[in-house]
Amino acid sequence: MEYLNIALPKGRLGERVYEMFEKIGYGCPAIREKNRSLIFENEENKVRYFWSKPSDVAIYVERGAADIGVVGKDILLEYEPDIYELLDMNTGKCRMCVAAKNTFRDNSEKTLRVATKFVNIARAHYDKKGRNIEICKLNGSIEIAPILGMTDVIVDIVETGTTLKENNLAVIETIVPISARLVANKASTKFKNEQIADIRRKLAEVIEND
Amino acid sequence: MGTFNYNDTTLYNLRMLYEQLGYKRYKMSKFEEYDLYLEYKKFLSTENIITFTDLNGKLYALKPDITLSIAKNAKPGETQKLYYKENVYRASAETKEYKEITQLGLEYIGDIDPYTLGEVVLLAARSLHSISESYVLDISHMGLVSALLDEARLSDSRKEKLVSFLGKKDAHELRFSCEKYGVDSDVTERIVALCEIYGDFESTYGQIKTLATTPAMLEAVKELESVYTFLKASGEGAHINLDFSIVNDMSYYNGIIFRGYIESVPCSVLSGGRYDNLLVKLGKNCQAMGFAVYVDMLELYAKHEKEYDVDVMLCYDSSVTPVQIAEKASEYTAQGKSVKVMPYVPDGLKYKQLVKFSEEGESVSDGIS
Repeated sequence: MEYLNIALPKGRLGERVYEMFEKIGYGCPAIREKNRSLIFENEENKVRYFWSKPSDVAIYVERGAADIGVVGKDILLEYEPDIYELLDMNTGKCRMCVAAKNTFRDNSEKTLRVATKFVNIARAHYDKKGRNIEICKLNGSIEIAPILGMTDVIVDIVETGTTLKENNLAVIETIVPISARLVANKASTKFKNEQIADIRRKLAEVIEND
Repeated sequence: MGTFNYNDTTLYNLRMLYEQLGYKRYKMSKFEEYDLYLEYKKFLSTENIITFTDLNGKLYALKPDITLSIAKNAKPGETQKLYYKENVYRASAETKEYKEITQLGLEYIGDIDPYTLGEVVLLAARSLHSISESYVLDISHMGLVSALLDEARLSDSRKEKLVSFLGKKDAHELRFSCEKYGVDSDVTERIVALCEIYGDFESTYGQIKTLATTPAMLEAVKELESVYTFLKASGEGAHINLDFSIVNDMSYYNGIIFRGYIESVPCSVLSGGRYDNLLVKLGKNCQAMGFAVYVDMLELYAKHEKEYDVDVMLCYDSSVTPVQIAEKASEYTAQGKSVKVMPYVPDGLKYKQLVKFSEEGESVSDGIS
């Protein structure tokens, strides 16, 4: 049997998801060792894991370097990769929101200035409303933009809302709820169907019983 | 297993496959009036067309697709079996680059009976088989999918949403949206069940039979079975899977549609189906089906057998005559080896053997690997 390559997002979400894979018998002890390896294999159950930047997981899966992976719905909405979305992992839950300063008043006479990492999501959201916007693409610490008056609002992921609150910002609209998804490369699903279907089924059971 | 070879004979073999069954090559020009694509935009898999104006100021496009041009020239009442090998041109939305893509395709235009249907799908399967032993042909039926979605009684835009979730095998969103739109729970379960079906024909066929309730669906199921029986009798049955996540635009495609994969290529390498609806839109009362092989993907992911640029690097100096050098070179070519003849070893060249040739004779050493 060939190895099944699995891409997981670096960070807390990835670790939580790895534990789920471990629970269903697809663990890989090497991953717990503290070293500088980038790729971890378990010869017994033929899995190979690697960590990647969350937004890159979809690319690795789309291009087939990873057969399956776990990635946030936000990334899938933003980049629309050509892959299968097999399962809602029911973890990594948050919301894609529009947020602004507490004092914000929407002046519909003017073009709305929007700061975001998620350009496509923001554009689609305001296109639906027919609102004229100007997008300012940022790569992190989006919250600063409205505080300094660079933009009127931000479109970003909100988990608990603490960062917003501490900076006198508030959610004014929820665009879409977000959670982590199990994704698969289309061609891999044809040739490694048994393994992928098995993982999907067992993960679904774990999620159900949670 | 897992890898395949792609070389000059690959395309030749495919062309022979089509010619053996009487498909004629159709050679076409590179340009088409842009209006054609404007009108049938949704038929194309790309929206990024490369355009230019001709000397009279008319807007033309570099062909992004061949099928549309062939369908445009179809003559009702006349049966055409043809294949093409052409370059098509697209602009990549991601990288903003222009791309030239080689496409090999086959089209049948005329009345489609069960034999013809079987023949075209079989040629698709054989095309994949001739490239790699390890291949899969996924088959779906637009008639079945659209009839089932019609049961949900939704507006076109909502139906399109469901279709896109089906395309991603996203059973979760599919169920969620059906519930949100107030679709009857029995219909919802059947749509989700359709989404979850995947596997070889014989083990999944029973499942689709239970989903089909209306005459249109039963008709579609029967057609799938007849195609499978045909393929099985031709020895390709084991590679045929049912997969309803293949979704082509419903306003153009009807009937059987299919997509082919070969191991070690991460995306589909063949796609096709029946597209009577396109011809109807073009104002032609005839039926058609066909498929295209994505040659560019094969080239990109083929395994490169050669680890060396040449077998022999023949390095000569000024003490030997041109005739002597030529004779020495032909000693090696006669053994079936490739020989690069130069007075010095070029940088970065990988060779199996290095032969230094001078009036003192030749010295042979192993190449660097």
